[in-house]
Amino acid sequence: MSALLVLARKTISKGPNMDIDLILRVYPFFIEAAWVTIELSVLTTILGLTCGALGAAARLSRNVVLRAIGAVYVSVFRGTPALIQLFILYFGGPQIGINLDAFDAGVIGLGVNIGAYMTETMRGAIISVNKGQTEAARTLGMSRWETMRKVVLPQAMRMMIRPLGVNINALIKGTALVAAISVVELTYTAQRYIGSTYKPFEMFLLSGVLYMVIIYIVGHGISWLDRKARIV
Amino acid sequence: MRSSAFVEIKNAAKSFGTLQVLRDINLSVERGQIVAIIGPSGSGKSTLLRAINELDPLTSGEVWLEGVQINRQLPPRQYEKHVNQVRQNIGMVFQHFNLFPHLTVRGNITLAPRMLKGISEADANALAEEQLTKVGLLEKIDEYPSRLSGGQKQRVAIARALAMKPKVMLFDEATSALDPELVEEVNQVMKQLAEEHMTMIIVTHEMDFAASVCDRVIFMDGGVVVEEGPPSVLFKNPQEERTRNFLRKHLARNGD
Repeated sequence: MSALLVLARKTISKGPNMDIDLILRVYPFFIEAAWVTIELSVLTTILGLTCGALGAAARLSRNVVLRAIGAVYVSVFRGTPALIQLFILYFGGPQIGINLDAFDAGVIGLGVNIGAYMTETMRGAIISVNKGQTEAARTLGMSRWETMRKVVLPQAMRMMIRPLGVNINALIKGTALVAAISVVELTYTAQRYIGSTYKPFEMFLLSGVLYMVIIYIVGHGISWLDRKARIV
Repeated sequence: MRSSAFVEIKNAAKSFGTLQVLRDINLSVERGQIVAIIGPSGSGKSTLLRAINELDPLTSGEVWLEGVQINRQLPPRQYEKHVNQVRQNIGMVFQHFNLFPHLTVRGNITLAPRMLKGISEADANALAEEQLTKVGLLEKIDEYPSRLSGGQKQRVAIARALAMKPKVMLFDEATSALDPELVEEVNQVMKQLAEEHMTMIIVTHEMDFAASVCDRVIFMDGGVVVEEGPPSVLFKNPQEERTRNFLRKHLARNGD
């Protein structure tokens, strides 16, 4: 505690020490890097939603084997660090004949990882639809699939918008991990400029602000979707 | 073995794990007959009703509708097809309505007929209007269920079931979840169906309604049919001790 106070006093006594000029000089490169982060996020979201839908379908299947596959998928990918999964794919991949460039490995690694979380999000929304809804549809003579498609899913999809938004939020921030396999996105770019300028505060701050802008916009998009999808 | 009755339940038994909820129940209902099933909670009356359309399949025994066995033992795929087919003939109304909240009243009523009977949109709309007129809610056709009162929801649920042109209607405590002042409008619709000679099996706690509408009353307790008969006999002159006990408690409660 006292050490912190000493540190604070030192910082203040030295006065604000931020290199604004440097930020103004390098920010265009960071914007460019932000587009890579956005591209990564979009592709990862698409892959994640696909894996999530397949995973949820497997976990809710009547087939024991499919259910088991779904359960293993979720527990493996939620049970290990995403960074390790990326390392295994990118660095370990070539050993078993999988050669991916860093960007592709990043998308696949992160997408399959977030897909495990999305599996649980989607499954949760589907099973939270009142059982009476299924019963009503089935007693009218509708099949399982017709019931799922026309009665359960339309209700579940509305309920999963917000929790999927939470997954997507985590995923966007999670793209920072691919800096570790040298994908030139926001975090990697910050590290690179720190290497040449020795200004970690400015560089990380700049990348952090850009992450926030992305998250803010996506967050509002999700809220808008959620409001639009509300049942009257 | 084909059955002569319209709805026939033979030697029905059902257990959930070690708990036996139905024991050797036999019941037959003639076409156009209106049967009330009464009894204390946990007596198995809802389970019996739900066994008729395979929502809660029996452990053993048979259910027949118009000479067709409903709970046939078939390989899974064929069973699915068979059940989906026979269920179209059996309308069901639930305690909690179970309207589809994402669809309008019109959508609720037309969904199954359009999907399963392949009727055109225009015919489906006409069907919805016809059924809503019957339950007196035509003006609500484009509302969402959340905008309706409990009584209106249940009337729409009845219209939805009727739109499939069922041969028999099952009511599972259709008025139990309603505020007292809304019970009557639903009872009115059921009475109207009775006058049209719809075959109905009604699980209910409302003895007055059972007495005024039903041809027969079945008293169940502990998973068996304890006593049955026309309401005039069963309510006025019950033969079994358990029936008398139940009615005494129930009528006393209603009298307050």
